[in-house]
Amino acid sequence: MRYLPLTEADRRDMLAVIGAPSVDALFRDVPETARAADIDLPPHQGELEVERALSAMAAKNVAAGSVPFFLGGGAYRHHVPASVDHLIQRGEFLTSYTPYQPEVTQGTLQYLFEFQTQVALLTGMEVANASLYDGATATAEAVAMANRVTGRRRSVLSGGLHPHYREVVDTLARFVGFRADAQPLDPDGGEDLAALIDGGTSCVVVQYPDFLGRVRDLRPLAEACHAKGALLLVVVTEIVSLGALTPPGEMGADIVAAEGQSIGNGLNFGGPYVGLFATRDRFVRQMPGRLVGQTTDAEGRRGWVLTLSTREQHIRREKATSNICTNSGLCTLAFTIHLSLLGEDGLTQLAAINHAKAVQLAGRLAAIPGVTVLNDSFFNEFTVRLPKPAAAIVDRLAERPIIAGVPVSRFLAGHDDLLVVAATETVTDADMDALVTALEESLR
Amino acid sequence: MSDWSKAVSRFQAAGPGSETTSGNRGLQIEEPLIFEQGADGRTGVDLPAPPAAADRLGGLGRKGAIGLPGLSEPQVVRHYTRLSQKNFAIDSGLYPLGSCTMKHNPRLNERMARLPGFGDLHPLQPESTIQGALELMDQLATWLKTLTGMPAVALSPAAGAHGELCGIMTIRAALEARGDMRQRILVPESAHGTNPATAAACGYAVESIPANARGRVDLAALKAKLDGGVAAIMLTNPNTCGLFESEIVEIAEAVHKAGAFFYCDGANFNAIVGRVRPADLGIDCMHINLHKTFSTPHGGGGPGSGPVVLAEALAPHAPLPWVVHGPDGFRLVEHADGASGTSGTIGRLKGFHGQMGMFVRALAYMMSHGGDGLRQVANDAVLNANYLMAGLKDVLTASFEGPCMHEALFDDRFLKDTGVTTLDFAKAMIDEGYHPMTMYFPLVVHGALLMEPTETESKDSLDQFIGVIRALAERTRQPGAAEWFHEAPRYTPRRRLDETAAARKPMLRWRPPVATAEAAE
Repeated sequence: MRYLPLTEADRRDMLAVIGAPSVDALFRDVPETARAADIDLPPHQGELEVERALSAMAAKNVAAGSVPFFLGGGAYRHHVPASVDHLIQRGEFLTSYTPYQPEVTQGTLQYLFEFQTQVALLTGMEVANASLYDGATATAEAVAMANRVTGRRRSVLSGGLHPHYREVVDTLARFVGFRADAQPLDPDGGEDLAALIDGGTSCVVVQYPDFLGRVRDLRPLAEACHAKGALLLVVVTEIVSLGALTPPGEMGADIVAAEGQSIGNGLNFGGPYVGLFATRDRFVRQMPGRLVGQTTDAEGRRGWVLTLSTREQHIRREKATSNICTNSGLCTLAFTIHLSLLGEDGLTQLAAINHAKAVQLAGRLAAIPGVTVLNDSFFNEFTVRLPKPAAAIVDRLAERPIIAGVPVSRFLAGHDDLLVVAATETVTDADMDALVTALEESLR
Repeated sequence: MSDWSKAVSRFQAAGPGSETTSGNRGLQIEEPLIFEQGADGRTGVDLPAPPAAADRLGGLGRKGAIGLPGLSEPQVVRHYTRLSQKNFAIDSGLYPLGSCTMKHNPRLNERMARLPGFGDLHPLQPESTIQGALELMDQLATWLKTLTGMPAVALSPAAGAHGELCGIMTIRAALEARGDMRQRILVPESAHGTNPATAAACGYAVESIPANARGRVDLAALKAKLDGGVAAIMLTNPNTCGLFESEIVEIAEAVHKAGAFFYCDGANFNAIVGRVRPADLGIDCMHINLHKTFSTPHGGGGPGSGPVVLAEALAPHAPLPWVVHGPDGFRLVEHADGASGTSGTIGRLKGFHGQMGMFVRALAYMMSHGGDGLRQVANDAVLNANYLMAGLKDVLTASFEGPCMHEALFDDRFLKDTGVTTLDFAKAMIDEGYHPMTMYFPLVVHGALLMEPTETESKDSLDQFIGVIRALAERTRQPGAAEWFHEAPRYTPRRRLDETAAARKPMLRWRPPVATAEAAE
């Protein structure tokens, strides 16, 4: 076994030192009835054999990069520079643990401090944590935090919130015991969240751009929230959008929960991703998750440590702000490196390209007879209304293969004709040609 | 001031008392934040001009600058390479963090997770285009079910604590389904902090169960607390003292007799994998940290993955989505409805289907080891820990008698009257080239030192470690020891850091120097 260094001679010598007759003797506390003689699983294999078997499995999938690809809906295909993956695979990052011993983990602590700063800047907020699992769990944690901050237990969820995010909040609401009043999806854009806020509302949760890709000014909603003592919780599923859009922090958001996958991280069939969580300074002690802070060492030199741990489970146990322990360490590193490579100019240009591609595509799709674009505004994702059920069209186009987008009916009944389409910088003109042609043919 | 003297003065700001001009020490290089290295007009990517298109941002285009620094690729690569060199890692040395299972991370697993057919796959693609991914999830589930003897597994939880949340939610759903509202969860004193935090997050009152003199759950105390108000017990086995709960079958019987469920924290499954099936112990529900037992990298604190195996009574309440076999291949069941038998589900726990990247790595690890190799993993992990115990028990103070499992627990009695604390001892280990063990946990012994060597350490490596720890233990008895230990570590990129100051006045992000000066006024 290539991963096990002990030889038979080592084992014999070690047992002699221990004074045990056999390894079995070391398991003497296991009840007789629970000692499994043999578990029916295949025997060990070499690298070559494992690689062959897993490659065969991978080959049964259609990789996003191998086809014209227009799928978003909370996960986005972006180009990740080669140096990102090279750096995160350095063993000193990859095989290190949570930085509990700061003297020997300044590398991790410093990049987390950089990450927290980047997230705060991007969202326009004052402070960010060192990540949560993903955007959906960050949203649920944010609702729980809003309940703690306000001492209220009823949140209002916009119908434009990603249905999976809403479901994750619902799960937590059911078991923690708070109310999450989700509004129906409103394709026509008439949703009036301000009217739903009252003295018992802890927060209003709104996605920006929303699930159908629409962008709206959140300032009036922020004012309505604050007038009633509620918090505005803004969810961002496509973080690249903040390279082009006014950040939530400038529109009065109190908490931003976001999915950071788009920067530095691949699609990975849905995970691991990286939950971003940012808020105002005054709420920092109510935040979930780890925080890195600046300090000095015994010689007066600047350094970093995990801080404000008295919020956390390993200190506070049942009184913690969250039960989270392990978060998304290596995904935050990928995010931080990619964003460092982009910088101000790179990110704003990347966002501009994404938007321009989506505008182009929206124009071309709108020109197909029977197809209408729902959105007045959008970033790199928008929704079209088709004259036929979208799910069937998506399946038919997948055979060509073109991944056309996600039918809203995958999440919600009653919206069979809606298709959400995304265009990132990875989409070429030829990809757009292929989609337009295929869509025209299938609608004919 | 010239540019070069400005550059040097910036170095010196890194710390007074430096023996070199730069503050650097050979391979240890001082490295400023990326925000202190940026320049306008510089970038590490080359992007084409955007195609001409009208703005459709709804008048919400960004007005001001973001404030991100501009760096080229060589600067970014050097920056993060230098940061990496300030980290301890399994790749570079023995990392005996008890309960964390810091074992070797095979690189084949990294390569497999990066195959485009797994890494470049969108979670919402049509089912016809993701058959291999669903097959992989199904195979991983089969391995986990076979190794645990349990009939079902929920794959979506993102980490151990998330798995705990999943487990306790399914238990509550099962109790509610039979109209049995219960209010309390029992947690041993030695439990991980996530256990009581999880129970509280699910609305339960947490009650502590004491340990007996043998470091196990006090069965009589447990039985005294078990009544119709107890929803579950959350027990780690092997427990956090590194001991197998020898009365676990009796515990399970007592718990079930009271109508409660038995949740097992599977953080220490590495000790028994391939040798003991949790189902045979009477466990109803257990999370498995793929980043511990199945060696997906810890990555500086994640991402993890925490699948939860479930007994028959809990399986109908598993979170969505489920992978099922259909007539045309695999299918994902994503919605609760009566027809597919999902009406009892607790719902969705995570954005998509789980930590696929970790699933691929864990399955590669399992296939590489096979059933025989996994059993050998448990054997060698336990052998290594007992060897450590044998080599150290006369110089450190072992907390409990008898063979341990995968980790060896000591307490600080050996430091009595030396003026040296467990923390000081740990920091001195750092200077010797070792990552410290888990300290001050579990809470059931004073000044705990919990060492988990894992199966991927060689005998040579353990011999060196034992030799060093013995010498350090000896040193605690010498004159001036307290001061010497208290000064450690000396040879790290930073000496001991002031955690009190960090918490008193939190600085949680970088701000431009001017803004900092204003804020101080």
